[in-house]
Amino acid sequence: MSADTQLEKWEVFIQSKPGANFVHAGCVHASDKKMALQNARDTYTRRGEGTSIWAVPCDAIVASNPDENDMFFDPANDKTYRMPTFYVMPEGAKAI
Amino acid sequence: MELQEQTTVQVDLLKSFEEKIGRDDAIEPKDKMPDAYRKHLIRQISQHAHSEVIGMQPEGNWITRAPSLRAKQILLAKIQDEGGHGLYLYSAAETLGISRTEMIEQLHSGKAKYSNIFNYPALNWADIGAIGWLVDGAAIVNQVSLQRTSYGPYSRAMVRICKEESFHQRQGYEIMAKMMAGTADQREMAQDAMNRWWWPALMMFGPHDSESPRSGDAFKWKIKRQSNDELRAKFIDKTVQQAEVIGLTIPDKDLKWNEARGHYDHGPIDWNEFYNVINGNGPCNKQRMDHHKRVHAEGAWVREAAEAYRAKKEKQLFQSKN
Repeated sequence: MSADTQLEKWEVFIQSKPGANFVHAGCVHASDKKMALQNARDTYTRRGEGTSIWAVPCDAIVASNPDENDMFFDPANDKTYRMPTFYVMPEGAKAI
Repeated sequence: MELQEQTTVQVDLLKSFEEKIGRDDAIEPKDKMPDAYRKHLIRQISQHAHSEVIGMQPEGNWITRAPSLRAKQILLAKIQDEGGHGLYLYSAAETLGISRTEMIEQLHSGKAKYSNIFNYPALNWADIGAIGWLVDGAAIVNQVSLQRTSYGPYSRAMVRICKEESFHQRQGYEIMAKMMAGTADQREMAQDAMNRWWWPALMMFGPHDSESPRSGDAFKWKIKRQSNDELRAKFIDKTVQQAEVIGLTIPDKDLKWNEARGHYDHGPIDWNEFYNVINGNGPCNKQRMDHHKRVHAEGAWVREAAEAYRAKKEKQLFQSKN
């Protein structure tokens, strides 16, 4: 065992209050789940920033490739009918 | 690939990178970036991380000697923040492909630097005030500017750090204000700390723009948004008034408001001292590095035990499944 192992990397997500989205905060190093949560708490919530934490092993995350963005996100580009502003509403209609 | 074809690809990559920078789009870890950009950031962010961590030493020295329980709790919280800031920054640097182990090796070998300011000693309690007020104050000016740096993870770390740092500066200023409202001896201590920390704090912004021109890659690629002298002026302009309010004298007889420039003019900075300390001859260089190496080696068993515990748990889990 190497003496200067820096343990595994975990990405940390924090929910600022109940009902809010979990937002990426940063990364910690830890050898297991429990240590990952404790390190995430000590590193990213020293001022009550969170009510809940997710810690995810970095190698479990799959990320899209920015070089392929045009092709990857292309299916959404020509579907303006997914937007409410696409539709023509009759004159005088209210609360719609 | 033919050489010419290869060169064309590289030119195209650089062009699309620089267009992105031109649009003020953040650069993210998986984006293509020039090697020089990556290298510059690794050097700057790791140096920044090392500074946070080494910066814990001069203050840590005063935890057991803080003058009240309130002061001790505050100092502990501040030092814990500095450790946290080091971790945010190491994480940001890791996104560029360097490991934490490599960064620590580079610190220990001297290849990576840390801020020169931490090679000065904290001699008494007034120094804790001066460090928080002046050293953290100077760091904040720099870090506020870096919130707009072009590399996303570095910028996000800066935003988080700036939110936390303002308490550091205020606690330092409070210590100085309290001492200046105290006995003649206390006032003398506060002024003495001011005299010793003022010039090293100004040196934190680095060489004058005439020595370190704005035209470099750091500006072209928006890693840096403001020059050393601009940031230094910003720090001086706001600190002079704070010193006046509590009755401290800035130890610079040439300090004078320049109406035309809209900034204070200051006396010459002793760059010989600056380079002398950078080159290892400051009062505490050896002590800081020896301490970091010793604690890192002494802490190895903790990391080994954590790995051994994980291995044991995994083995138990495997056996219970079979």
